Amino acid sequence: MVSAALLATIAVGCLVAAARLRRASWPARGPYVAVITWQVLGLTWGISTIGALLAFGLAPYGKGAIGGLLALTTDVSAHGLHLAKFAAAPFGATRVAAVLVAFGLTLVLFCGLVASTVHVVRTRRRHHDLLELVARDDPEVPGARVLDHPAAAAYCLPGVLRSKVVISAGALRVLARSELSAVLAHEHAHLRQRHDLVLLPFSSLKRAFPRVRVLDTYYRAVALLIEMCADDQARRERSPKELATALMRFGTAGNTHVPAGAMAVGDAEPEVVTRVSRLVTPTEELSRVVAAAVLVSAFVLMSSALALWHLPM
Amino acid sequence: MNRLGDLERAVMEVLWAKDESLTVREVSRALADRDLAHTTVMTVLDRLAKKGVVARSREGRAWRYSPAASRESYVSELMFEALGQTGDRDAALAAFVRSMSGNEAEALRRALAESDQPRT
Repeated sequence: MVSAALLATIAVGCLVAAARLRRASWPARGPYVAVITWQVLGLTWGISTIGALLAFGLAPYGKGAIGGLLALTTDVSAHGLHLAKFAAAPFGATRVAAVLVAFGLTLVLFCGLVASTVHVVRTRRRHHDLLELVARDDPEVPGARVLDHPAAAAYCLPGVLRSKVVISAGALRVLARSELSAVLAHEHAHLRQRHDLVLLPFSSLKRAFPRVRVLDTYYRAVALLIEMCADDQARRERSPKELATALMRFGTAGNTHVPAGAMAVGDAEPEVVTRVSRLVTPTEELSRVVAAAVLVSAFVLMSSALALWHLPM
Repeated sequence: MNRLGDLERAVMEVLWAKDESLTVREVSRALADRDLAHTTVMTVLDRLAKKGVVARSREGRAWRYSPAASRESYVSELMFEALGQTGDRDAALAAFVRSMSGNEAEALRRALAESDQPRT
């Protein structure tokens, strides 16, 4: 029961930390550190929640989460699902429920990840097939495919072997050459660092629990951080000003058909303005000491959760 | 681009250029300058049909092929996904910036204008 209580505390701690991370201002100064922190927090929340449920549900064995699971496996293989014959009988209804919820949550998280991956792979394959048929190469933009459409868009289609950067004719029309290079550098950074994989667990969480609105907020926070990471990479090759004006040109060129759902939420600063502000008024980068402190605490939290699974109490 | 992708493109161009559905022979004839074997054209059309971009119907002993949608509608579909207007923002692709509302574009212009002002 000690491990159950501690794991539950960690799970709640993750939720509190996520809520604070969402509101903190430092992530814009160190997007990479923030992205890693989000990943670790998410993973730790999963590990500690499932661990707490198991440790609580299997407490009659007195062996903690891992030990309890092993004992349960032995019992189930010997007696089937006949609870009364289990070594640690009697199991109360709440304990059985806790174990079932733990298994259910694991299943939902796992299936969500698989479903998201399948969905993403399918969408990409279709997108790729169509691109092959309708996009053209342009000597002006080596390494990118051009779509003949008047609206301004630039994006990348990640993939192991067939990743692509695509730019629309509308975007080519509004961008100056130097701005175009900045945009391409931004997109290539996404592809090179496989930012899509970073985002995948969060989009899968969102799909698994569509009613939990806060997950959508977190997903968007991570998505914005990833854009900042790519902006920072592009800034190494091009000037931040070029990137910022490129963003503005997209804003003024392609806003003809926007559904209500795409509007910025509430009175929050639009994400794109956040990106531009940090490009044009550079703030000091997150200091190494702070970055190290954040990462070390995140990893300590995760290791403690993992260690508590093994605590036989 | 690889040869197969190149052929698929060429075949689609032929189909898009005609108003009616075509047989394999007719497609081959339109691509006469490429000197393709009948079976090659058939394979390409078959692949395109599997991808769902070509519709096929039987007429007598021959299959007739036509594009499932116009070139423009495919371009629109791709742009629609790219600008994140499908409502399902997920990790399939990453746009440089999603389409903006008028308010967002205005806020952006202000932010940039402010940065241009000399600091006092």
